[in-house]
Amino acid sequence: MMDFIQLGIGRWLHIAAGVMWIGLLYYFNFVQVPALAEAGKDGTGAGITKHVAPRALFWFRWAAVVTWLAGAMLLGKSFFGAFFFQNTALYAIGVGAWLGTIMLFNVWVLIWPNQKKILGFVQATDEEKGRARRVAFLASRTNTMLSIPMLFFMAAAGHQGVFFG
Amino acid sequence: MKNPLDSLWGTVISGLVLTLILYNVVKYALQ
Repeated sequence: MMDFIQLGIGRWLHIAAGVMWIGLLYYFNFVQVPALAEAGKDGTGAGITKHVAPRALFWFRWAAVVTWLAGAMLLGKSFFGAFFFQNTALYAIGVGAWLGTIMLFNVWVLIWPNQKKILGFVQATDEEKGRARRVAFLASRTNTMLSIPMLFFMAAAGHQGVFFG
Repeated sequence: MKNPLDSLWGTVISGLVLTLILYNVVKYALQ
């Protein structure tokens, strides 16, 4: 029963929350950023920044937390073995776990605090907003870049023989 | 030099290159 909860329910939750996290990350990068650039030209971006972005950011940052916690639960006793590459069977998941952890850091330390300034949830001067916009943008793009190897190594984790021969 | 992350395709290509590098590191480590 404990295995079912940790490895079964844990994996289900990890994948479901991960789909929401990375799905919203791709929405921001592939849809919202180009859409806001277009909307800036005709002044219609307020609808996105006022009604869509705050909601998307809410589910994005909390899905990231749930994904990481469910992943940590899945690793269980192998948590430190994976992060410190103590066993060759844990190499692929170790790389995936590090990439996911860096991405979680980017969400909570770089993206969200700067988005709060951009969206006006905290006071910021125009200069601070401009800088916040650049940092949040680059952190989001970095996460999009990191998501590609992260998903590869997550997929490889249970199938090292297939992926690495 | 232009930052590849400023472009969507630059971001995707950077991700693919990073995947290739990490893949080879892990493959080498597993030999």
